[in-house]
Amino acid sequence: MTGEARELKPYNNRAWFMVLPVFLIVAFSAVLPLMTVVNYSVQDTFGNNTFFWNGIGWFKELLDPNSELGGRFIDALGRNFLFSFLILAIEIPLGIAVALSMPRQGVAVSISLVLLALPLLIPWNVVGTIWQVFGRSDIGLLGWTLTGLGIDYNYVSGVLAAWITIILMDVWHWTSLVVLLCYAGLRAIPDAFYQAARIDGASRWAIFRAIQLPKISRVLVIAVLLRFMDSFMIYTEPFVVTGGGPGNATTFISIDLVKIALGQFDLGKAAALSIVYNLIILTVCWVFYTVMTHVENAERRVQL
Amino acid sequence: MTALRLEKLAHSYKSHPSRPEDYALKEINQVWQTGGAYALLGPSGCGKTTLLNILSGLVIPSQGRVYFDDRDVTELPTEKRNIAQVFQFPVIYDTMTVRENLAFPLKNRGMDPAGIKTRVDEIAALLDLSRDLDRRAKGLTADAKQKISLGRGLVRPDVTAVLFDEPLTVIDPQLKWELRSKLKEIHRKLAVTMIYVTHDQTEALTFADKVIVMSEGEVVQIGTPEELFEKPLHRFVGHFIGSPGMNFLPCTLAGTKARIGGFEIDLGVSFAADPKAKLELGIRPDFIKLAPPGVGLPVRIDRIDDLGRNRIAHVRLEGQRLAVTVPAILETGSDDLTVVFDHRRIGIFANDRRIEPDDRGGA
Repeated sequence: MTGEARELKPYNNRAWFMVLPVFLIVAFSAVLPLMTVVNYSVQDTFGNNTFFWNGIGWFKELLDPNSELGGRFIDALGRNFLFSFLILAIEIPLGIAVALSMPRQGVAVSISLVLLALPLLIPWNVVGTIWQVFGRSDIGLLGWTLTGLGIDYNYVSGVLAAWITIILMDVWHWTSLVVLLCYAGLRAIPDAFYQAARIDGASRWAIFRAIQLPKISRVLVIAVLLRFMDSFMIYTEPFVVTGGGPGNATTFISIDLVKIALGQFDLGKAAALSIVYNLIILTVCWVFYTVMTHVENAERRVQL
Repeated sequence: MTALRLEKLAHSYKSHPSRPEDYALKEINQVWQTGGAYALLGPSGCGKTTLLNILSGLVIPSQGRVYFDDRDVTELPTEKRNIAQVFQFPVIYDTMTVRENLAFPLKNRGMDPAGIKTRVDEIAALLDLSRDLDRRAKGLTADAKQKISLGRGLVRPDVTAVLFDEPLTVIDPQLKWELRSKLKEIHRKLAVTMIYVTHDQTEALTFADKVIVMSEGEVVQIGTPEELFEKPLHRFVGHFIGSPGMNFLPCTLAGTKARIGGFEIDLGVSFAADPKAKLELGIRPDFIKLAPPGVGLPVRIDRIDDLGRNRIAHVRLEGQRLAVTVPAILETGSDDLTVVFDHRRIGIFANDRRIEPDDRGGA
């Protein structure tokens, strides 16, 4: 009876055709453009849609710090790492601190959540424009106030001022994300832990070290990953505020990439740079994630 | 020596309590002795956790005072009281080793490292945790974690009372016995007062010297396990303790006789009960015997539950359900049997409260 039923069950591999539309859309929107980039990265062109085979020439040049392209790339890469490091060093502790001081009940919770979510909802170029205007010494409140106080602040000409501006802007825009993640993590800690800590006579700092930080470590990993990826790929905000200047002081890889691809129309160089840029982000995230999960697994293994 | 004194203690979570129902904990006056093992027993929402939180200082009572060793601690913060608490779910510090966990309360109180080490080793030995001292606390089993929670309390030399809030909830059944006997053992070795909150009568009765039974925010009886079993002072106690609970049959009284429907039972003593009160006769299933027809009061058997060591017969007397403990081997022959009550074990309850006979000598 069951054997018969199994034979009667209709097998029809034509159902695979149902996947075809998805396959075509993905190919059209992702696979083909990506392969085009790969194709460009091994070719050179002088326009007119004629291409010459260049092998791994662009990659060699890109990774050679003595060449013009390589020098630009290494400098921009350094700025990217510095930027990501600085914003992580500010946003993570600040996010935790804000999450810790947020109300735990009542209508105040909703109010603070809405206020915190607001910056996250503003588009990148609008954030850039807001800070571009905010920092101007003629019509911007921040620039006007600082200049009025006698502080030499001009993000167009001062390297330090430009860096402070874009870092402040990123902190303003994205700290909320860290806060929200940490707040969710903190809310998940049962009250008994706090009660036990009180009975154990723990200080505020001891409670943070012994309970809160370990309990939010998982969401912190996610927060660091998200903020790293996003800040490493930053383009719009510094482009709107400083345009990569003064000089090349805030020219990040993404800004340089656009200059090379669309400004100089060096498709081969730009394609090689894109691929390397992409691989760097992937590698850093993979290493970070592996290390974090490895530490956790190692802990578990030790206990068994 | 008095460990704990509760004076006119009551608590309401509402700001202006007016009716008795507004109180999560109705007025109680209690004196608990140092080194005693007490259990607060009652169903969920009976106020036992509120009472525990008042003792630990997590809740400030709205009325009354709490004294530890004649020191008024009513408004004293948790960390200033000489108490420790073990929670329903194991509370351990994940990133620390067992040793660091046990040392944590001492470190926070600024004890010197050498003193901490001796004390931690001592308590770890007592709790059988010596072997695991340098392991991460996070990966241990639930019962070991509960022992760490307990250890963090016992390690403090100033602790006079340990509060347990249903500590065996997440422990595997076979380990519950073990952990409970460990608690008893520690209680014998150290002169600490232990207060154990639970809704499980077996846990309460096996753990405590004195059980405080609570219902709807009120202490309905305090007594040894035997007293609660043999002489429940309240219908709730009779019902809640024992498995199955006490049988209650509506009755009327006439002299030394109780009347249930058309039958009379000789009590041997007379009771002066308020004639308007709701009168009930209470008797434990263990003190009723099944007998052949003609001997006692006729009943019909509904069913018999086999509980392994003994069996419980569910019978009907005048339409009233009644549980009777019967020996494992019972020849019934027919469904029509009779029951005989052990009249010395009968309690008479007026409006849910046990009333004493007029003439004690007659009992």
